[in-house]
Amino acid sequence: MCAKKVTQKPGDVPTTGHVWDGIEEYDNPMPRWWLWTLYACIVWAIGYTIAYPAWPMISRATPGLLGASTRADVAKEIASFDEANSAIKARLVEADLAAIPNDPELSSFAQNAGAAVFRTNCVQCHGSGANGFAGKGYPSLIDDDWLWGGDMEAIHTTITHGIRNTTDPDARYSAMPRFGADELLDRDQIAQVVEHVLQLSGQPFDAALATQGEVVFAENCVACHGEAAQGDPTQGAPNLSDAIWLYGGSREAITQTVTYARFGVMPNWNTRLTEDEIRAVALYVHSRGGGE
Amino acid sequence: MWDYLKLGILGVIAVLAAIAANYAHDLAYMVNAVMVMIAAAITFLVVLRGIDEPKTVNPLEYMDDVVRAGVIATVFWGVVGFLVGVVIASQLAFPQLNFEFLQGFGNFGRLRPLHTSAVIFAFGGNALIMSAFYVVQRTTAARLWGGNLGWFVFWGWQLVIVLAASGYVLGGTQGKEYAEPVWYVDILITVVWLAFLAVFAGTLMRRKEPHIYVANWFYLAFIITIAMLHLINNMAIPVSIFGSQSVQVTAGVQDAMIQWWYGHNAVGFFLTAGFLGMMYYFVPKQAERPVYSYKLSIIHFWALIFLYIWAGPHHLHYTALPDWASTLGMVFSIVLWMPSWGGMINGLMTLSGAWDKLRTDPVLRMMVVSIGFYGMSTFEGPMMSIKAVNSLSHYTDWTIGHVHSGALGWNGMITFGALYFLVPRLWSRERLYSLSLVSWHFWLATIGIVLYASAMWVSGIMEGLMWREVDANGFLVNAFADTVAAKFPMYVVRALGGGMYLMGALIMAYNLWMTVRAQPAMASSHAAVPAQ
Repeated sequence: MCAKKVTQKPGDVPTTGHVWDGIEEYDNPMPRWWLWTLYACIVWAIGYTIAYPAWPMISRATPGLLGASTRADVAKEIASFDEANSAIKARLVEADLAAIPNDPELSSFAQNAGAAVFRTNCVQCHGSGANGFAGKGYPSLIDDDWLWGGDMEAIHTTITHGIRNTTDPDARYSAMPRFGADELLDRDQIAQVVEHVLQLSGQPFDAALATQGEVVFAENCVACHGEAAQGDPTQGAPNLSDAIWLYGGSREAITQTVTYARFGVMPNWNTRLTEDEIRAVALYVHSRGGGE
Repeated sequence: MWDYLKLGILGVIAVLAAIAANYAHDLAYMVNAVMVMIAAAITFLVVLRGIDEPKTVNPLEYMDDVVRAGVIATVFWGVVGFLVGVVIASQLAFPQLNFEFLQGFGNFGRLRPLHTSAVIFAFGGNALIMSAFYVVQRTTAARLWGGNLGWFVFWGWQLVIVLAASGYVLGGTQGKEYAEPVWYVDILITVVWLAFLAVFAGTLMRRKEPHIYVANWFYLAFIITIAMLHLINNMAIPVSIFGSQSVQVTAGVQDAMIQWWYGHNAVGFFLTAGFLGMMYYFVPKQAERPVYSYKLSIIHFWALIFLYIWAGPHHLHYTALPDWASTLGMVFSIVLWMPSWGGMINGLMTLSGAWDKLRTDPVLRMMVVSIGFYGMSTFEGPMMSIKAVNSLSHYTDWTIGHVHSGALGWNGMITFGALYFLVPRLWSRERLYSLSLVSWHFWLATIGIVLYASAMWVSGIMEGLMWREVDANGFLVNAFADTVAAKFPMYVVRALGGGMYLMGALIMAYNLWMTVRAQPAMASSHAAVPAQ
């Protein structure tokens, strides 16, 4: 069919003369604004590709007249912050740990730096509010109950080397015996000692069993948890006489703990964070409320 | 003879699938093998029962059975896809909905690809195949080429959907976004797609019209390009022929670049070019007006298909991708702006002289809103491809909002319009059951999209700003979890918007069902090919 111009009705633009299933096509020109915007985009595109790295050649791409590089940009931005912070970071590394909180400038910088480190690296386990995950083995860092000590020095060591990991020989280490699984205690003894622990922590308990449990406790538990069950931060033994429980304080949870023991692990951060970052986050954690 | 050959092939497939199920290394593979076995066995029985039946095909009639089946499949998969979308939107807002008993098959991670594939490839794919079959017959005045090959395309595509979907929930995935189906499903997709190409091109070749209508240019470009994209992005070596796992041929940034070259052109050719084909037929038909400008059709078609294919790198700004590739992805995306808008102009201007119909015709209103959303997302897309904008928007919910204003607004609404157009004609009914239900659908869907998209804009820009916020010393201010908590209200609004959209689709399903069931039948007016 020839593309003859067909006029539909007076004043109407001609159609192309094609008809498909009743559909016709007007022979309107392309809208001017549309065409000129398209041209403008093309001109801009050519200019942009001259200015920025764009066209791949045989061995490398055209670098662009402006010498722009996104990698160089971000490296520069990081370097500028590094430079601005380098002096105070050096001071942070050299300062006496215990004295940092008393130096307002250093302490304020370390708070911000530590908070950023914490948000990036620690919140996954300890929560964005640093309140841990009760019952799941992720300790709260905002109370004054510390498994491995809560002064600046102790927190710094814990973060640097971690706990019970296999990647740092200096990691803090201790292991509770699996009293049930390894048959160190029988079921009755476990039931008794659990009642005693319930009694120690001020929960409802079975008096008869608890009395027998006191003996079991004295023979098996005091070495780590202490005479008064106050725990021992030098070996990560938790205080059993308060209401704070890492893995839950119910009868079932304590029975589980005594039977199978627990083995919470924390990574060593000395391979992932710099010394100034570790010190900053130690200060941040220390200041969350319960620092000793 | 041919029937006996078919029986032989189907029998062999069924037996091989049974053997494969027996040796399966993983659950997804085993379940899929059993499905293939059942599908082959059923087809075997169907062929066997029909073996001595006389073939009564009138070559002067359009082949509309397969289009009718496609309409039903489109509505069905649409509802399924939207439903899964509402479920995962709710799981994001309320993580408790990832129930313990759902872990491993019904949690967010498993359902998310189910949603994206169900809406893009099951709903969108069926809409495209069925409308392509309808449009190409009407605009060439020829019956579909290839006899039952059209049916093979239809049922093959349904099998692809079922295999892919069951694979996802059981853990069979390639882990490539929008290309999750595992290697053997990819092979089936290739076979079905080539059959689709053959049916479409064969029908074009036997056309009785001298010229090829613009809708068919877009359909053909879509079919050919998707074949190419699919083949290249899915180059993989199976670990075992009895397992679903495979290893990609390319790795690292090359693999990422191929993936997003594919991913972006799945949007460009599946969701844009293919649906423009729909738009070019159904809008002029429903408006009963000529297409606005033939010249614009030509220029925007060639510009669109030339430019789209280079735009993929904008998905990888500020990654391991070299700067030069990033720049090219960005400039091609921006030059793409006007060619995309060419389709919008041609669609909207087609209504000039018929704007009054919008007051009385909710179907046309749906199509117009669809073109509006098309224009909006094809402006938003180039804007988001600008590196500076992308540095804020990338990885945020803004991207999700952008995708959904395109998918729900453009793809969904134009498909709904096409379905409302097609059902009365395909089933020879005088009119739709209820225009006021169409209006309900229109408003529910439109308000749903607005809620969805605006919630995601707010949430995306907010989280983008929160992620990049640093204090005077250069330290990050927010933890990732803080941004998640801050997004909660927007997630609830998003789920609400999705729920409204789903409700609209259910109303449509009811309306179409009642159109076929309760409306008086007319004498079939379109069965014979009109002599032109």
